[in-house]
Amino acid sequence: MLGYVVRRFLIFLASVIAASLLVFFVMSVLPGDPAVVMLGTQATPESVEALREELGLNRPFLAQYFDWAWSAVRGDLGVSFFSGIAISGQIAERLKVTLPLAFMAMTMTILVAFPAGVFAAARHRRPGDTVVSVSSQIGLAIPAFWAGLILVTVFAVNLSWFPAGGFPGWDEGFWPAFQALLLPAISLALVQSAILTRYVRSAVLETLKLDFIRTARAKGLSRSAALWRHGLRNASIPVLTVLGLQFAALLAGTVVIESVFVLPGLGSMLLQAITRRDLFLVQGGAIVIVTFILMISLVVDIVYHFADPRLRAQ
Amino acid sequence: MSTPDAPLPVELDHKRRRFRRANFIIGLVIVATVILTAILSAFWTPYDPSAISPSEVFLPPGSSGHILGTDQFGRDVFSQIMVGSQNALFVGVLAVMIAIVIGIPLGGLAAAKRGWIEDLLMRISDVIYAFPAVLTAILFVAAFQPGRTPAMIAIGIAYIPIVARVTRGAALSVFQLDFVTAARSYGRSQNFVFWRHVVPNILSVLIVQATVLFALAILAEAALSFLGLGTQPPTPSWGRSLRDAQTLISKAPGLAIWPGLAIAFTVLGFNLLGDGLRDALDPRLEVRNA
Repeated sequence: MLGYVVRRFLIFLASVIAASLLVFFVMSVLPGDPAVVMLGTQATPESVEALREELGLNRPFLAQYFDWAWSAVRGDLGVSFFSGIAISGQIAERLKVTLPLAFMAMTMTILVAFPAGVFAAARHRRPGDTVVSVSSQIGLAIPAFWAGLILVTVFAVNLSWFPAGGFPGWDEGFWPAFQALLLPAISLALVQSAILTRYVRSAVLETLKLDFIRTARAKGLSRSAALWRHGLRNASIPVLTVLGLQFAALLAGTVVIESVFVLPGLGSMLLQAITRRDLFLVQGGAIVIVTFILMISLVVDIVYHFADPRLRAQ
Repeated sequence: MSTPDAPLPVELDHKRRRFRRANFIIGLVIVATVILTAILSAFWTPYDPSAISPSEVFLPPGSSGHILGTDQFGRDVFSQIMVGSQNALFVGVLAVMIAIVIGIPLGGLAAAKRGWIEDLLMRISDVIYAFPAVLTAILFVAAFQPGRTPAMIAIGIAYIPIVARVTRGAALSVFQLDFVTAARSYGRSQNFVFWRHVVPNILSVLIVQATVLFALAILAEAALSFLGLGTQPPTPSWGRSLRDAQTLISKAPGLAIWPGLAIAFTVLGFNLLGDGLRDALDPRLEVRNA
């Protein structure tokens, strides 16, 4: 078991190194000299050259990468071209919006999808199942950002129940911040819960066909007791992988949703950085997002290994 | 094609089969409608989609012959939606083509070679998979300029690992079959065996995957155009129209409805078609899902 965890962790490390090398490579071959961007087009060639030297841009690619990677390991991702502020600090500040948003959306997704999926499986081939299946098919087709726009129109513009956008910050108190994240989280969860419902439904249906459910029923357990006590627990194992993939999709989805609701998260930081050609910031933000996604995959794989006794025994 | 080793679908509940067939037909009708709209809009639209008419701004749906009304420049919304279908299909086709042209050989190579080559290719595919389409597009836009081509390439690249994984998974089982072993013992190269014998046998899986990816590509392009990273004006795009509608949401909330409905309608069509094709092309799956 420990061997598996160590091996999986090493794969994670190798993947993070490969992904960061890829981003670093893309950024280093981009047209445009970072030193010119920082100093402006009026800068003298001497000052540009001096800055290039200072930033280490004249050094070979791998030497630059190893310097950057060593600093990154110690939590230093460099300094933004545009603002001169430390990138790690900016990302940490933005994560205070993006991570709670992703967690809220994930919680809503689970709270909707598990009951809906189990309900549909329990009423297999009956009207209840059809309603859930059709709803999830429609949910799959709706772009999250469009759902966001519709929610803003209805609940913020027409009913004025929620703010149309912006984020007051956690310092202003929990409730205003929570309120600002509620509609964005619902927009993200709407689509993701449609996906998860389909997986939960088919996983429960598969589990219900297995022998131990028949045994439980033969021992006198009602259909719903067998379903909730034995079926759901076993069906949750394959759903774990999907949950991991969904969390990754949510992190990516926040980039678009933050733009709809004008939230100061990691996604909007990346978009601003693109407009300002702040390449170090794009590089730092991209690597942080990819590392999160790889980390989620690592955690899911390990939990999956622990949760499934057959894998644990191997 | 795949040979069913499970009981044939004759045991299936007829109601369920009718429901599944209805899904497939609805999907087919929606996709056909979108394709016909795209073709038709290349020759005819009720109004010129880019014609500005300052006297007709923000007309409500149905007024002066404008079925869905007009936007802030007095342009006909219905004509724009019609022309937007060309963009959605164009991006979908090219992004899926990129994913397939690179993903199938990679997946096939992994399945054929096994060992360290398979491990290496799958690890590379895992790393690429960690870059969501939006993030890949952001990196592409940083490298080039915002536009439809970088967006399309980014979406295509983001889907390569999915195609490679599906191809590898399906090809692995076909490589074990007797007729493949027979072809190999005739001295055929692995390359020949893969394209001549394996690919035709996994085609159904690939067609279904391509349909699903098509729907995802349309959603991704719409999201990128909404962010301003995808299709640029004056090319009409549903995502771009939603971006414009966002700034006018308090003045003309209706403008945000139609492009979104067009996206949802098209994606729903491709999803239903994909589900229907999966059932039609793989009877074993139909039995399992029933």
